[in-house]
Amino acid sequence: MNNAQESTVGLSEALLRRAAPSRAALEDLVVVPIFAVVVALVLGAAAMLATNVDLATVGRSYVALLNGSVGSVNAISETLTAAVPLTLAGLGIALGFRAGMFNIGAEGQLLIGGMAAVIAGFSFAGLPAIVHVPLVLLAGALAGGLYAAIAGWLRAATGAHEVISTIMLNLISYRLVDYLLRLDFIQREGRSDPISQSVLESAELPRLLIWLDPNLRLHAGVFLMIAAVIVINWLLFKTRLGFEFRASGENPDAARYAGMKAGLIIVLAMGLAGALAGLAGANQVSGVLGRASPGFSAGIGFDAIAVALLGRSHPWGVLLAGLLFGALEAGGRQMQVEAGVSIDLIGIIQALIIVFIAAPLLVRTLFPWGFRKAERAEREE
Amino acid sequence: MEIELRRITKRFGHFAAVKDVGLHIRPGEVLGLLGENGAGKSTLMNVLCGLYAPTSGEIVIDGRPVTFAGPGEAINAGIGMVHQHFMLIPVFTVAENVVLGVEPTGRIDHLDLARARGQVRKINDAYGLEVDPDALIETLPVGVQQRVEIIKVLFRSADLVIFDEPTAVLTPQEVVEFFEIVKSLRDSGKAIVFITHKLGEIRQIADRIAVLRRGEIVGQAEHPDAVSEAELAEMMVGRPVSFDVDKKPYQPGPPMLAVKNLTVLRGNDEIAVDNVSLIVHSAEIVGIAGVQGNGQSALVEALTGLTHVSGGSVTFNGQDITQASTRERHRLGFAHIPEDRQRTGLIPAFTIAENMVLDSYYDDRFSKGPNMLWDVVNTAAAHAVVDFDVRTSSVFDAVDTLSGGNQQKLIAAREMSRDTDLLIASQPTRGLDVGSIEYIHSRIAQARDEGDGVLIVSSELDEILALSDRILVMFKGRIVAEFDGATADKGTIGLAMAGRY
Repeated sequence: MNNAQESTVGLSEALLRRAAPSRAALEDLVVVPIFAVVVALVLGAAAMLATNVDLATVGRSYVALLNGSVGSVNAISETLTAAVPLTLAGLGIALGFRAGMFNIGAEGQLLIGGMAAVIAGFSFAGLPAIVHVPLVLLAGALAGGLYAAIAGWLRAATGAHEVISTIMLNLISYRLVDYLLRLDFIQREGRSDPISQSVLESAELPRLLIWLDPNLRLHAGVFLMIAAVIVINWLLFKTRLGFEFRASGENPDAARYAGMKAGLIIVLAMGLAGALAGLAGANQVSGVLGRASPGFSAGIGFDAIAVALLGRSHPWGVLLAGLLFGALEAGGRQMQVEAGVSIDLIGIIQALIIVFIAAPLLVRTLFPWGFRKAERAEREE
Repeated sequence: MEIELRRITKRFGHFAAVKDVGLHIRPGEVLGLLGENGAGKSTLMNVLCGLYAPTSGEIVIDGRPVTFAGPGEAINAGIGMVHQHFMLIPVFTVAENVVLGVEPTGRIDHLDLARARGQVRKINDAYGLEVDPDALIETLPVGVQQRVEIIKVLFRSADLVIFDEPTAVLTPQEVVEFFEIVKSLRDSGKAIVFITHKLGEIRQIADRIAVLRRGEIVGQAEHPDAVSEAELAEMMVGRPVSFDVDKKPYQPGPPMLAVKNLTVLRGNDEIAVDNVSLIVHSAEIVGIAGVQGNGQSALVEALTGLTHVSGGSVTFNGQDITQASTRERHRLGFAHIPEDRQRTGLIPAFTIAENMVLDSYYDDRFSKGPNMLWDVVNTAAAHAVVDFDVRTSSVFDAVDTLSGGNQQKLIAAREMSRDTDLLIASQPTRGLDVGSIEYIHSRIAQARDEGDGVLIVSSELDEILALSDRILVMFKGRIVAEFDGATADKGTIGLAMAGRY
């Protein structure tokens, strides 16, 4: 018996060793996205050629894309500035995915969060920045979170699917913003078009690089982005709540069996996802735009879905994907200026990346030499 | 058709799933292929069906060596397989499913369903299958769906029919009917391979038995009567197996779980559990026998707080818990081994360690403030893995890499390594091999010996008989009979399960 006990101890230690990530997992996480980006760029070039752009211009556009995204201090500043809201909202959507919720409503949550942030930003004159900026961000997160929680509550209480309800809430948010922007206390004085007052200087996220060049737009939101990645990573993988989120997302029946409260988890997950989108909105008005106008969300909430997918719903993956999409956006503007190629091409490239990410088998078929033979792994079942 | 497998070996990487196997399959004979889960039965048959190419060795049909490039060629050669998991389209009719892939077509290439129906009827008549060609699959009981799979195989004119664990999904009555079908196939000259890990069945139906262990043939018996179940089990597992569950004499303690006039409705307001009263004492195993679908699942869900109770009461150690949540019951000391381990008992994509704390992660031992104490969880999981003999190399492996038996042991480990008072176990050994069954049974008996109350729900009568101190029979939502576990008679319980008591 003693012997058996000793060997028991030895065995359980061996069990605690982590196996190195399998080759297949690595391929899925790293190789597929890289190939997806490459194929998308190649097909993007094909699309340009098909629309009568000559080869030299295609070459120049991609050089401009590279230059505009990472080629200079200004380019990097622009890339990061564009990446911040994409990553923040993308984190929210990834969190939803992990909890089994397909949140299409980041766009609306971002708008509502941005509106709340603007209002908090032009009110409270005389507050010091150290209080005012967090207040603005908090207002954005809170408003976005509450707005998303509506969809969560509808799902939990009535079973209404969140895809439908968040799309509806998006549509409502557009009109709501139009309406709010014409209210006397929000609309800028002397303007007849729907546009808000500007946020006070004390409510602006401080620019980080104006000591280098006053035109550099990079602002303190970038710290917010990194902090959010760390916090969401901690939340998902180190906490009880994160365990509940992931369990409910993977297998709702097992979560119920384990005594987790499905309804509460749905509302909380949606609320947190909305808070992150709202934070992205607050970040835009207080760090970049300085005010709100119709459509100031600029589709970030939808691009964020792609960011979350590309990042495989993992916080660090979302950060990388956000940076990539930020680079494409910043570089795309440069491409338009230098090579005269429409910025819509960037949309095409982004869409192609998603197509290939969503179809890993297609990538494996196109690039068989990039992957170890999959046949054996499948047959071993 | 006479088939010989000569020195077949199939390797996956360095692992030999099948080693040097030689088998002779003769027409008009049922060959029983016995082995535990993972012994290589399915791999061997997949080689025969053309799904896998053998690493070495050859298949000889009627004296001619053959190679199959894929399942299609094996089918053309007359080899058909009825898989354990049916491959039917629920919204299609029987005839449509049977002809799927080889549809008879008319002059303008339209689907000739009339001919398909006729062909199905012909097969029906030839083998006494009695399946309505126009019935929708989703409306048919499992036993009849299996017959549709058989018709599919016969429709493709198979001379060798392979059945992979065919009885796993059948009720006892359906098993009897199924055996009749197998016999009529055999008598018409078909060669049959019957894969199973159930000892009783193989001795009933097989004309010849081959036992597979770790990819090798470890024993053959020309006459099933010449070997006892114990001998077969020993060949299969590699050591003597005990079928009797060791437990202390029956000395029940005070009542623990008291259910009074419990009524539970299904989603469509049908009555699932009808006015059921029962008591589980401490240090007692109560077995609920019954054919599946007679309200047992709803009863367990009601007892574990997963479904609402429409009437009656449940008390636990004197405390009314009729409306208590699942979590509250957990805290009171409930352990629950659920009926469907894949769907409700586990999260297949999660690691073993994560699954080990699926319903106790909130406990102070495993979490502090908002944080999970993953180091503690991992260590506890490693100990439980060793303690309950879950075969794995690391607690960080995903649960879907484990075999069914190991998954069930994992659930048992999770539920029984906690300090609990009452164990509710639904189909605790469904689909498991002899070794795992023996192990889980001994653990359940041990829990009872330590003073836990145990409620077992199972459609395996042998399991109920082996474990229970008291046996209740459920039929159409009611408890229709009660027997003493030590003296109960299998035949009488069987009648009660069919509602004739």
